[in-house]
Amino acid sequence: MSRLRPMETPSAASLVPENRAKRLILVHFMGAKAAKPRGFILWSENSIARAVTQRKHQIMDMFDEMHGHDGAVRRPYKTFDGWLSQEDAGRLRAKQREAEDLFRLTGITFNVYGRSEAEERLIPFDIIPRIIDGREWQRLERGIEQRVRAINAFLHDIYHRQEILRAGRVPREMIANNEAFLPQMIGVMPPGGIYTHITGIDLVRTGPDEFFVLEDNARTPSGVSYMLENRETMLRMFPELFSKTRVRPVSDYPRNLRRSLAASAPEGCDGTPTVAVLTPGIFNSAYYEHAFLADKMGVELVEGHDLRVVEGRVAMRTTRGYRPIDVLYRRVDDDFLDPLNFNPESALGVPGIMDVYRAGGITIANAPGTGISDDKAIYSYMPEIVEFYTGERPILQNVPTWRCSEKESLDYVLANLSDLVVKEVHGSGGYGMLIGPAASKKELKEFERKLRARPSNYIAQPTLSLSTVPVFTKAGLAPRHVDLRPFVLMSKDGIQVTPGGLTRVAMKKGSLVVNSSQGGGTKDTWVLED
Amino acid sequence: MLGKTAGGLFWMARLLERSENTARMIETGQRIALTRAGSGADDWMSVLQAGAMSQGYVEKHGEVTADLAIDWMLRDPDNPASVLSVVGQARQNARLVRTALTHEAWEAVNSCWMMLQDAMARKVRDRDLPKVLALVRERSALVRGAIHGTMLRNEIYDFVRIGTFIERADNTARILDVKYYVLLPSAAAVGSRLDNVQWDTILRSVSAEGGYRMAIGPDVTPRGIAQFLILDKCMPRSLNFCCGKLRDNLRYLASDYDLRLPCHQVVDTMCRRFLSHDINAIFDYGLHEYVQEVLQNLSALSNQIEIDYRFYG
Amino acid sequence: MRLLIKHTTRYDYSAPVPYGVQQIRLSPKPTRGQVVRDWKITVEGGQQQVVFDDHHRNHVILFSFEPEVTQLVVRAEGIVEMSDTAGVVGVHQGLAPLWLFQKPTEHTRAGKGCRELVRMVEGDSDLEKLHDLSTRVHGAIAYETGKSEIAWSAEDALAAGHGVCQDHAHVFIACARAMGLPARYVSGYLRMDGQDEQSATHAWAEAHVDGLGWVGFDVSNAISPDTRYVRVATGLDYTEAAPIVGHRYGLAEERMDVSLRVTQQQ
Repeated sequence: MSRLRPMETPSAASLVPENRAKRLILVHFMGAKAAKPRGFILWSENSIARAVTQRKHQIMDMFDEMHGHDGAVRRPYKTFDGWLSQEDAGRLRAKQREAEDLFRLTGITFNVYGRSEAEERLIPFDIIPRIIDGREWQRLERGIEQRVRAINAFLHDIYHRQEILRAGRVPREMIANNEAFLPQMIGVMPPGGIYTHITGIDLVRTGPDEFFVLEDNARTPSGVSYMLENRETMLRMFPELFSKTRVRPVSDYPRNLRRSLAASAPEGCDGTPTVAVLTPGIFNSAYYEHAFLADKMGVELVEGHDLRVVEGRVAMRTTRGYRPIDVLYRRVDDDFLDPLNFNPESALGVPGIMDVYRAGGITIANAPGTGISDDKAIYSYMPEIVEFYTGERPILQNVPTWRCSEKESLDYVLANLSDLVVKEVHGSGGYGMLIGPAASKKELKEFERKLRARPSNYIAQPTLSLSTVPVFTKAGLAPRHVDLRPFVLMSKDGIQVTPGGLTRVAMKKGSLVVNSSQGGGTKDTWVLED
Repeated sequence: MLGKTAGGLFWMARLLERSENTARMIETGQRIALTRAGSGADDWMSVLQAGAMSQGYVEKHGEVTADLAIDWMLRDPDNPASVLSVVGQARQNARLVRTALTHEAWEAVNSCWMMLQDAMARKVRDRDLPKVLALVRERSALVRGAIHGTMLRNEIYDFVRIGTFIERADNTARILDVKYYVLLPSAAAVGSRLDNVQWDTILRSVSAEGGYRMAIGPDVTPRGIAQFLILDKCMPRSLNFCCGKLRDNLRYLASDYDLRLPCHQVVDTMCRRFLSHDINAIFDYGLHEYVQEVLQNLSALSNQIEIDYRFYG
Repeated sequence: MRLLIKHTTRYDYSAPVPYGVQQIRLSPKPTRGQVVRDWKITVEGGQQQVVFDDHHRNHVILFSFEPEVTQLVVRAEGIVEMSDTAGVVGVHQGLAPLWLFQKPTEHTRAGKGCRELVRMVEGDSDLEKLHDLSTRVHGAIAYETGKSEIAWSAEDALAAGHGVCQDHAHVFIACARAMGLPARYVSGYLRMDGQDEQSATHAWAEAHVDGLGWVGFDVSNAISPDTRYVRVATGLDYTEAAPIVGHRYGLAEERMDVSLRVTQQQ
């Protein structure tokens, strides 16, 4: 009977060579927001000072959340480690397989676009949980809440008086030249003043107290079904673990979601509001999640062709005729939501739904036009945005970003090109990007020329050393890079951050790609009770 | 319930029922082939016809051979009515109505699909055929059991049952339609060994050989078979039984919704017109004409249900 | 001056339409020099669903098609009291920021043709330049009906050298924006001198000038709008100010007939 050794590479020394390769780039992932340019960006005041600090971290070894550099187990993982060291590797392997069978049977798969249904794929699940202690979480929670509050206030402002532009805290061009700004939302007051009913904040960690926001997801963030199913699976397979450790539950998310959506029903809605989930259909990559959430909330799962405008409301076709909907949790992008008002080619939407919305007859969650708040170009201004609307210093940091349009930043970027990642402001999918540490002399020269010619077209960021958490492999435990997407609900009754979230993990050694379409996996995320 | 959901449930049930019926027909064909000499091309042709799959087969393969016919009916992706295609479509419908199914019911459908996909990933060898066909029946039974054991007896269940019984009645009627001539008095008069085999085929196609003995007796006669498959009240695949269930489940919906719709009239008329006579009257009328009309009525009923309960618009 | 307006748009379909919706922007806007005394919109073959004011403060009515209709008739009629403002509409109102009107749209993107026009524009003030621009656009595009397409952009019209009021407005707007001035599209009614029957609704442009606010320019007639011009809807281009836009299911072909009477009382 073989016992598990703590780590495949237990010492700090052995991590060092691998670490060089890791100083690549965050390559960005998760296919849910196809329309949105992604990546990360910028920073403003003191960016240089912060960047210098950041560089020091890079030189240090990467941070493993379970094991310290001396191999010692960190505090949140102590109980788990005690359990793990008593476990038989063969049994764990069997459990790992069992978990995968469970996922397959439940149908937790994602579709790969453009392929036949036989190509539904399973996202690999790793049985080693990612553990965050109560104190760490508290700070994150406060930071996330602050950020979501600011995003919502920003959206209200940008679609009304635009005080933040008048105050010069965000340049007008950032909004004026942005495709994500939706003029049809000007002057529209969503029920309860809520724009971002559901938000996902992508975080990465580089050290004990260092979390960075990589990206805000204020459109239709996905992945919450994995958060719930991962926990369910862990509970089914290792019930004893949960009696040893006090893990905060996530299972009330669907109930909270429903309550939160219902609380955002249009004014004048009597009785229990009718909520429905709008999906693009069974061929959408996240269909499983749409059905899952509708099922768990006990609401209808509708498609565009189930809906019509009837008696001034958006109504769904039932076996007994059309029934009005009060709150529509849509998982369809803005552009496809309404062929009358937006993309006329869209067969996924409901013609006239925006008119009903503007007349106050339905709540759309999230509100149309929220994309302006999680756009790549806006990301760099989030620290200013948080300060402007909350009057507080941001609790969560952005990944430091240099806007090359600012001369001081440009000078810095040019002087440190080989250490930085440089991206086009409006680019996406990694095109027109320079990865300094991996670039040849010729490529660096070429980019320097581009930067000087059109500095405002570029931003630069340091390469971050993402934290790792061990995964269970054939050879035992091995550290792999992770990120975290906590899910946030907002209604007029308040903001709720679900204790946990979706931990995505790069399953390949040294890889920073946690994207599910590229072999990334997921883990259960535990937030410990204090 | 969404109209689309009602439609999805109806079709999920129809397709699951269809896959099982097709497997049973392949089994029957295989059995005939094993019990007699010769190529059996005619027998396989009539099996293909009963499953309404002969046209596509001929287009693709031309000549009928046992091997190709089995593969065509079992797993060929070019055949939208092959067992594997049909189970795949049933599962897509189940995904569509995922929120209306219990966890167990969905998992039964999903695992049925996964296991059949595995079992039929490659061409099924002769010696594996019985095992694979048994798997189809077993998995269908599991789905039926999960639905029966875990689903509320509400509108959701009603639409599942309606789909099941329309498909089953249609299947029985189609077998009679393809084989009616061996039941005609002129054929019976011949009384050859060949006809006995044909009669046996019909009974086996609907898993009724045991039931027949119990209900009618040891003597297999054309009139007895027709009586059993059309009018028997206990035989779960007879037209009478299926139509009765259709009428019952549609009535549940009517009382649940407190609303009688045109489809209720259609089913009542159908039961009265076709199932209130004795078998002699049916033979007098003309067995072939009778079966043809039943098929048309089933199709009209299916369309009317689709309209009345707003499956598509 | 009082204008009596009777505007009927009739749609005939080659087959019954199972379902559809139409957005109707046919209510004259409250405007300086323009008081709506009485106004009524009815739709035969449709059901009114919702009303709201859009981001350009246009009054919008959403109608749905009654099931299986083959004909839809939209009637807008009423009385508007007009007084002269020399084309000046006045200060910008509403939440839509002025910079929104400086952004090119698909129909109003300035290409080579527009930029060339802009280069020739002369004048000591923005207002003078805009008048000069109006004259130049008028000269560059001959008014000819029946030969242009509704989907034409400003550059398409310039390249063709002919167009209708919509094209004049688009080119003017594209050029004004290229000059850095906010500009917008106006759809409305015009009473042509000496005739009650009008062949179509009209369109013109407005540009925003510091100190004056919005000022109207009817390029097609080479004047600024006066008491004969009733402002109905505004937008960044035709698509936002169109009197009727719809979306319908089915494969039926559509034929549209418009009749418009603008008569003068007193």
